[in-house]
Amino acid sequence: MMGLSGRAAIVGVAESDAIGILPDKSTLQLVAEASLNAVDDAGLSVRDVDAVFAAGWRPTEVAEYLGIAPRYFDGTQVGGSSYVIHLGHAATAIANGLCEIALIVHGESGRSRVGMFPEGGGPQLPAGQFEAPFGLPGAVGAYAMACSRHMHEFGTTREQLAEIAVATRKWAALNPKAFVRDKLEIADVIDAPLICWPFGKLDCCLVTDAAGAVIVTSLERARDCRRRPIRVLGFGEGLDHQMISEMPSYVHGPGRISGPPAFAMAGVSHADIDVSQIYDSFTYTVLLTLEDLGFCGKGEGGLFVSGQRTAPGGDFPLNTSGGGLSYTHPGMFGIFTIIEAVRQLRHDYADHGPRQVADAVIGLVHGTGGRLSATGTAILGRD
Amino acid sequence: MAYDKPLPVPDPVTRPFWDGLKAHELRVQRCRDCNDAVFYPRAVCPHCGSRNLAWTVCSGRGTVHAFTIAHRGTPAAFRSAAPYVVAMVELEEGARLMTNLVEVEPSPEAVRIGMPVEIVFDDVTDTVTLAKFRPR
Ligand SMILES: [Zn+2]
Repeated sequence: MMGLSGRAAIVGVAESDAIGILPDKSTLQLVAEASLNAVDDAGLSVRDVDAVFAAGWRPTEVAEYLGIAPRYFDGTQVGGSSYVIHLGHAATAIANGLCEIALIVHGESGRSRVGMFPEGGGPQLPAGQFEAPFGLPGAVGAYAMACSRHMHEFGTTREQLAEIAVATRKWAALNPKAFVRDKLEIADVIDAPLICWPFGKLDCCLVTDAAGAVIVTSLERARDCRRRPIRVLGFGEGLDHQMISEMPSYVHGPGRISGPPAFAMAGVSHADIDVSQIYDSFTYTVLLTLEDLGFCGKGEGGLFVSGQRTAPGGDFPLNTSGGGLSYTHPGMFGIFTIIEAVRQLRHDYADHGPRQVADAVIGLVHGTGGRLSATGTAILGRD
Repeated sequence: MAYDKPLPVPDPVTRPFWDGLKAHELRVQRCRDCNDAVFYPRAVCPHCGSRNLAWTVCSGRGTVHAFTIAHRGTPAAFRSAAPYVVAMVELEEGARLMTNLVEVEPSPEAVRIGMPVEIVFDDVTDTVTLAKFRPR
């Protein structure tokens, strides 16, 4: 595994031309915009891309739209964590010479629903037989149910969950691209309309239209690119169920599987992480992940995030774009955790005051997909 | 009014479960090799890999393992039913299944994790019975 650490690097990241509410743009158009913007960021051409990684859309559909005939592709689709997992797969393929310029892209007209890829299901599938008849509201109901168990076992409170939403909003206030930027108080989160108890509206991610793309290449090639390379130091992936009714423990997510190999491959410890991007589909997703990754002990997540520890100026800068809670969330957010991590590690915000985490050298990205089903963890480093 | 919520379509492996509910009997598979309860019904034991599974009849008693109260964001057919409780119930026999809690106020004060519950056979159509639970 040590042979893979740092051999690949991220050289380009971008969103679609705009993100937010985009009723005049199809999902594939958003995908194309982000892809071209990311190769631009890298100083490359879309013609240079020889590997395609996609989920939601299939690699065939993305490659066809962009006119690419890749020699390597991967359509691992495990929800919003897919793109962090793709990053590890791309780094592995690049380190082994199977491809050289990898495009990881995801776009969704999640809000306007223009030209959306099909989303499956059916009454004879396990979920159709054993979950759908009971009306659990999608992802939000699933994560809420899991959260109820954490509250029961560890005394975690809605106020502690709200700390995450409030801190994330403070980061969003510093990001002109963020969808919502107005100030939040803990009481606003608690008093927001209930969606699925224990989650109110502000415990839940946004629904927007957006795309994001990331370009990965070998470290050698990266050093000839336009931007400072951000090395892929370590990565891991984990899953232990698909349906929420099958999750072995609602207080232990697959981050406990994906985290340790990422840290081991990178050869870094928790104290070395300068900035973290942890998929925040719901406030509980973050709290659980912090425990699963070992930033605190099991059951201590509520205490860990208290006192606005993850806000600007706090000692654990987290979701510095404003995250899925406040920046953007088209449906599957993982790609945006990588984009923000790279920008922080490149010091793109050096002239933007507290928006830049000072001297950030090592960053963690973590995606959670499905119903707390699958996770990908990656550790990135400034070259 | 006709029942308009999603209905399960049994497959060859799950058919005995759905036939059981229709007969007001809660049937869950048990592995003859590792003795663990298996749910949802499968062709293979997810605990040990055995194919040697047998159907057993459960007491219908259990406890609430986790729950949520659905207020908004529900599937369309459930909108008028909100707020309602979706829960995981852990059966005395060990399996956990998703269900609705009925005959209880849908509030975090009235519903408690660990609360003892018992099965209610809800004959939602002529052919489908769902397993729901109420406090006992
Ligand atoms: Zn077994």
